Amino acid sequence: MSDNRPVGAGSLRPRDLAWHPPAHAPGYKTSVLRSPRRPLIAHEATLSEVTGPVFGHEAIGPLDNDLLRNFVAATRGDGEPIGPRILVHGRVRDESGRGVPGALVEIWQANAGGRYRHLNDRTVAALDPNFGGCGRTLTDETGAYRFRTVLPGPYPWPNGVNDWRPSHIHFSLFGPAFGQRLITQMYFEGDPHIPLCPILNAIPDARAVRQLVAPLDMDATQPFDARAYRFDIVLRGPRATWFENRPEGL
Amino acid sequence: MVQDPTLLKETPSQTAGPFVHIGTHPWTVGVEGVFAAQPGQVVAGPDCPGTRIRIEGRILDGDGQVVRDAVVETWQADPNGIFASPVDPRHERVATGFTGWGRFACSFADGAFAVETVKPGPVPGPRGTTMAPHICLWIVARGINLGLSTRLYFPEDAAANAADPILARIESPQRRDTLIAEPWGEGAYRFEIRLQGEGETVFFAT
Ligand SMILES: [Fe+2]
Repeated sequence: MSDNRPVGAGSLRPRDLAWHPPAHAPGYKTSVLRSPRRPLIAHEATLSEVTGPVFGHEAIGPLDNDLLRNFVAATRGDGEPIGPRILVHGRVRDESGRGVPGALVEIWQANAGGRYRHLNDRTVAALDPNFGGCGRTLTDETGAYRFRTVLPGPYPWPNGVNDWRPSHIHFSLFGPAFGQRLITQMYFEGDPHIPLCPILNAIPDARAVRQLVAPLDMDATQPFDARAYRFDIVLRGPRATWFENRPEGL
Repeated sequence: MVQDPTLLKETPSQTAGPFVHIGTHPWTVGVEGVFAAQPGQVVAGPDCPGTRIRIEGRILDGDGQVVRDAVVETWQADPNGIFASPVDPRHERVATGFTGWGRFACSFADGAFAVETVKPGPVPGPRGTTMAPHICLWIVARGINLGLSTRLYFPEDAAANAADPILARIESPQRRDTLIAEPWGEGAYRFEIRLQGEGETVFFAT
């Protein structure tokens, strides 16, 4: 077989790799030694890629998507995290525009000072005793999700002599297919660090970069409480149509 | 690539970064007690039938240095080749206590990760083919801009591997061999993933 066209069981459209940052992005120095140099071997999605783990609501606690509360509750404290309070919400859809229900969305982020609660983060900024920095939720039947948190601070990182990450939240997403697995970062509209970031600007197409910049969403703002940012996410594929093309014998 | 203009574009990937563990393994980096349950810790529970196996892995960069901050996810079928996913039309017959999904943080000390599971069975492939027993791996880390997909196959399955439609896409036998785990004692295997350079592991795009 010499072409890369999916035939038969494949139900995920081939990923448009030009829309993603290339593995080798010299402006992001760590990528230089961690990037495969051989071409990826293309194959149609098989049953191994169109299936994926399932997460039930029983696995998710009531405070898991509330970063303003979840670490304080775990430490039996009664304080509030420092920093601007925000809601981050949006919809997870597939490429055909259908909402993806039951998708596990996991996030992690720095505190308002730009410091992660992680044993390897030695940034000079202080830890916040009331902020952990992780959250998770399952999308509802329409694919919608929502978190409460604080606006993470920009932070310096060892790359160039003076590189700073824009404010960002890391997102991890599971659709029904393991081949849809995605980790990305959400940025904030108006952040002056956005055009300076070597990680974000490894993405070749400016339209793809814009997909990662969440606009302020005044309509969803909670008056006198928290501003809102909207981050819509698109996973690969229509949902598996694998049934229509199943191999004989299944 | 020609795209249907009515389709939305996939959200672009960004690196998981050095602090991915806060999201995936918070209890290992100083964030304890936030989540009651941690997914991905049990691939095959104690009641799951099948042959118990252990895979010891590590990841090397282009200089041959061990990568100590990566996270590896595994996805596999049960001993009968059935996935614990409603997309598999046979999923109601999946083995007891089997999830098929695991998530492992490489050790900060030496980069090692270990997968405790059962050996998967052969899985139906495209167009009437059969895929040899295999485990899908997805690797993310600082410096990896888009999660890397690869597969582990088993050294004792030479005939099935030779007939595997995915391994058949790899022309060079040396490259194909990068996906075959090494025997590593009773019920154990070793799988070394080389991100770049000599012996570079085969990574897939689907
Ligand atoms: Fe970050």
